[in-house]
Order: sequence, then C-alpha cells, then structure tokens
Amino acid sequence: MFNQWESEWVQYITPEGEITPTGEKVWDEKSTEEKLRFYRWMTFIRLFDRKMVVLQRQGRIGTYAPLEGQEAAQVGSALALKQEDWVFPSYRDHGVAMIVGMPLTQIILYWAGRVEGCKPPEGVRIMPPAVPIATQIPHAVGAAWGSKLRKENSVAVAYFGDGATSEGDFHEACNFAGVFQLPAILFCQNNGYAISVPFTRQSASKTVAQKASAYNFPGICVDGNDVLAVFEVMKQAVERARQGEGPTLIEAVTYRKGAHTTADDATRYRPFDEVEEWINKRDPLIRYITLLKNEGLLTEQEERDWEENAKQKIEQAVKEAEAIPPKPSTHLFAHVYAKLPPALEKQKEELLKKEGTYHA
Amino acid sequence: MSTKRVITYAEAINEALREEMKADPNVILLGEDIGAYGGVFKVTKGLLDEFGSDRVIDTPISETGFTGAGIGAAMTGMKPVVEIMWVDFTLVAMDQILNQAAKMTYMSGGQTKVPLVIRTQGGGGRGNAAQHSQSLETMFAHVPGLKVVVPSTPYDAKGLLKSSIREECPVIFIEHKMLYNQKGEVPSEEYFIPLGQADIKREGKDVTIVSLSRMVHFCLDAARELQNEGIEAEVIDLRTLVPLDLELVKKSVQKTHRLVIVHEATRSYGWGAEVAARIQEEAFDELDAPVLRVGAEDVPIPYNLNLEKEMLPQVRDIVDAARNALYLSV
Repeated sequence: MFNQWESEWVQYITPEGEITPTGEKVWDEKSTEEKLRFYRWMTFIRLFDRKMVVLQRQGRIGTYAPLEGQEAAQVGSALALKQEDWVFPSYRDHGVAMIVGMPLTQIILYWAGRVEGCKPPEGVRIMPPAVPIATQIPHAVGAAWGSKLRKENSVAVAYFGDGATSEGDFHEACNFAGVFQLPAILFCQNNGYAISVPFTRQSASKTVAQKASAYNFPGICVDGNDVLAVFEVMKQAVERARQGEGPTLIEAVTYRKGAHTTADDATRYRPFDEVEEWINKRDPLIRYITLLKNEGLLTEQEERDWEENAKQKIEQAVKEAEAIPPKPSTHLFAHVYAKLPPALEKQKEELLKKEGTYHA
Repeated sequence: MSTKRVITYAEAINEALREEMKADPNVILLGEDIGAYGGVFKVTKGLLDEFGSDRVIDTPISETGFTGAGIGAAMTGMKPVVEIMWVDFTLVAMDQILNQAAKMTYMSGGQTKVPLVIRTQGGGGRGNAAQHSQSLETMFAHVPGLKVVVPSTPYDAKGLLKSSIREECPVIFIEHKMLYNQKGEVPSEEYFIPLGQADIKREGKDVTIVSLSRMVHFCLDAARELQNEGIEAEVIDLRTLVPLDLELVKKSVQKTHRLVIVHEATRSYGWGAEVAARIQEEAFDELDAPVLRVGAEDVPIPYNLNLEKEMLPQVRDIVDAARNALYLSV
C-alpha cells in the first residue's frame, strides 16, 4: 500500500519518529525554536480542526472539510513562505491559512457561511478557498506571472489535492507555468482519495510528481506526513522560484484521517486496514512528538500546557466569531458590482421592503 | 477642438488598447496569436513591437489556462486584457469566466477585485458555421458579476473599451467579426463612454427598434426603407447589456408606443425576452402593440452562406416587424 511513492519520496522523519540518515544534517541545523514551532502549529491545527467538526455537529457552522492527518503537509509548506508570497488555497487548507496570517475568527466565520470570513487582514496575501476543483491553479500561475512582470520577489502557491490533477485547469496551468518559467509552486496534497475515488482511478501515473516532467520542470515527491521533509522541499522550491528558476510541482503524500467533509461517511469507501495503518502508524503529529520527546525537547507537561493554551485560544476565537452580528440581508448585494446596475438597485429596494422575513 | 478622423472598428479597438497600455503599465494583453501575428482579425497589430513580449503575450492554445491566469493576475494587481479568438471558444473557459471571474469579488467579501477584460468576437455573416458564428452575449449577461459590452461602431468600440479596461470588475467585450473593417468617425482626442448608456442611433417617432452590435446597422437600413413609406423609426443601440439602460428604451416607447427588438442571437431565451419583459412590467400602459422580437431561427448556424442568410435576421425581417408593430399589412 502506497509503495509506489516510498521508493522515490523525500523523507527525513520515519513514521516511528526517527531521523533518516539523509535527514540528520537538516535536523541538526534547525534551532530548538524552529523544531518546536512545527510541533506547536501541527497541534494547534489538529485541535482547531477537531473543534470545527464539533461545531458542525452542533449546527453552529455549515458543512466542514476536516484536515486531520494533513497537518504536516500544511505546516511544513506554509512555514516556508514569506509575507509577500501569494497563496491560493483549496477548501481543506485552513491550516495553511492560519499560518500565513488569517485570523481564526475569520476562518470560523467563513465556515459559518459568512462571506466576510474570506477577508484577510491588510498585507496577508491569501485568496478565498477555491471550492470547485483545480480552478485556483491557473489563478496562482497568473499571480506568479504578474509578480514576474512587475519584477517583484514574490512567489505564488496553489494548494490542491490529487483529484485536481485530473482537471484540465491543472494541466493548462502547468503548461503555462512551464512555458513562461513562472515563480509558481504547485503544491499537491495527495491524500489518496477524491471524495471516494482512489488515486489509482484518478490517474495511471505512478505519482503526481512525475507529471511535471511533461511540462519540463521539477516534480518532487515528499512524505507529506513528515513536516521536516515537506518544509525543506518547499523551501528549496520557493528559493528556486524566487531566483527566477521557474515552477515546481510538489506532491506531498498524506492521508485525511476523516471524511471528505462532515457530509460524508469515509468508512464506506476506504478499507479498514488502510485507515488503521495511516491513523495508527503514519500519523504526522505522533511521529513528530515521539521524535521531540526522544530528543528531550518536549515533556508531557509541556505538551499538556501547549494543548491547553491552544484550546483556550480556539475557544476564545469561537466566542468572538459567534459574537459578530450578522450583516443585513441587503449585504447580498454588497459585492456583486462596485456600483449596482439599475435593475439590481431595484431588486435591492424590493428586498429592503421585506427585510427580516428570512434573516434573523 | 475636436478633430474627426475616419478609422475602422479594428483600428479603433487597437487605439483603445494602445492608449490604455500607455496610460497604465499594469495593462497587459494575452491570447492566441496576438503578438507577431497581430491577432487573427489584426486588432492587436503593432502592439508587440511597441510594448514588447512581456506585455503582449502569445499564449498556448489553452483558454482555461490563460483566462485563469488572467484572473489570477487581475486578483493580484494587474489589468489583463485577454483575447479569446472566438466567442464560441469562451465555452471551453466558461468555468473560469462564470464561476471564477464573475464571483470572485462577491465570494471574497470584497477582498479581491478582478479588473479583467475578456475581448472576443462573435456573430455570423461570414460562413464560419455553427461553432464560429454564435452570438452568446446573453449567456454572460445572465450571470451576476460580469459586465457585458457589445459595440456596433468604431466610436463606441473605442470609448467603451477604454472604460472597460478601467472597470474594477470583469468585463466581457464582444466585438463582431463583420464590423472589423467598418469605418466610422473617431475623434483624435481621448474620450471614454461609460458602460450602461444606450445610444439613439437614429431618431424617430413611430416605432422604437432596439438592437446592438452588427444588427444596429441592419436596423438603420430598415429604418431607411421604412422612411420611404413615411414611417419614422427610432433606432436605439443598447451598447452594453450589463448594465442595461432600460430608461432610454422606456423613454422612446413613451414616444412611439411600439417596440421591436432585434438580435442576431437565436430568438428563444435571448436578451430580447428580458427587454420585452421589463418594458411590459414598467411601461405596459404605453404600449399600443405587442412587443415584437426579431432573432435568428433556433437552429445551429449553417456553413452554407445562403442558408446562413436565411437563418440570421435580415433587413427585410426588421422592416416587416416594424410594419407589424404599426398594424400595417405586410
């Protein structure tokens, strides 16, 4: 199971939490603070994700896309970015979003169906989550192209899943990025399934990474549950892009521990043994905690303290988000056009007359 | 002092692009064959030499790819003008246009503007068959978030394109392949035409004929024929479908009390139905006759030129409709 990747991927931390021979140098060069930062973010994101699932079950937010299991892929990649870089996420990338500066309250608002939740603070360059598949990849490529024309130093990253690589948008974006040698990173979290369809049904390619060779830029496969390897691979790709050396396709092989969204039941389409192996033997957070403890960098007490701290922050954000009053129904018209065309202005006036009928 | 010159529709569009590219370094062009080749209709002729290959970009044949890239560039500060060679080819990029460009500002709560113009051309009359001759403007007008411009003259094309490039939202700018060589007066001074203002192309008191793009010229020909019978038709060119200037149409109907709508697009579910519905909602008492529509037959456009002519509205059809609206025997 998943053997096709293991022969080629970059891995610095084994599922047992041991540093691989190639990883030793990388690990030794990291400061304690950097090492702990990976842990803190992964833990924080996992706890946030679990809280969001609970909020959905309680009817306090809408359908939610859980990311548990993919923390290393998101933390490793997002921490390798700089403030000036553009991020084009999919719907499962709120771990990335919070790392690049999206406030938790915004993320909660978004999942509560509040469009204002898309809006990042000034200077945070993340776009709204793309919900149709692969549509954000050409956008990232276009942003990269814009930054190249303006001679800026920023790179653009598209986050997407394995299913997206079957879409024309992915291929057209790869082609474009390759032809124009753009500072774009195409970051695929291959979690093995597009809702219920396994990767083997998505593509006859052995890996996603190999597809890059058709477009003549590097495609790199990495153990997506190894935060250190993901960080290093991403860092190198970003540096290459920044130096004008063109795009990179990164395939982070991972697994979503839960369902596609809170609206489906993943036990119907994934074999029990496979799920067990990923949850019990390959978890990105457990392997990292094991490593930190073996290295004497984390104690049980520190772990509990950090979890407590994270939970408090999350609870506080939920409280704040839920206290923000909803916009009036006429907010419907707020961002369709800068100035409403006459016909739409009329529709807005009609709505005003029945204000409050459906909207608390 | 205004100096009038006579130039073609294609030259007028070329001038608009050139002026806007000079005015703003963020304006860039991308599309198929727009560089050294100058575009299949020669609209971008000379721009590569003037602005270089960083700003006039020949793309792969990849409408989704370069439309999407244009959207991404627009979201992050550029002002791309994307050329899609035929409006029929917008269909392969429709997800990017209708689901992405049109909704991005809305779905981002206003975070992201998409100052993107998609220039394309449509319409029949050239024997280009079913997949290269369509009039698809209504499809774009049906989806909130886009503006839709469909100019009929060199003057309008230039002034409207310059305004379109300065819009904050995506604009679909649909030229007509049969108009590229049509000449008209265009001042040498800079000017803009705001989106959402229809134009009376001919004044008249007996019947209002509303149209856009190439059909405006057919309507003007029809008006001349009607004049021989003593009928004074008022011809209104909508120029933009979104925003729609219904007020001008209403005002004209208040004068003539009769309305004929002419579009090259297939008749059923076309924008003509929208104008007819709105007029009967808002000016029912002004009407002395049913609102009539002239449109193409509801069939794919044939390759055969004679059949194409049968299928598309002709001057005769417009004259007949106007006479019908006046209860004159046809």
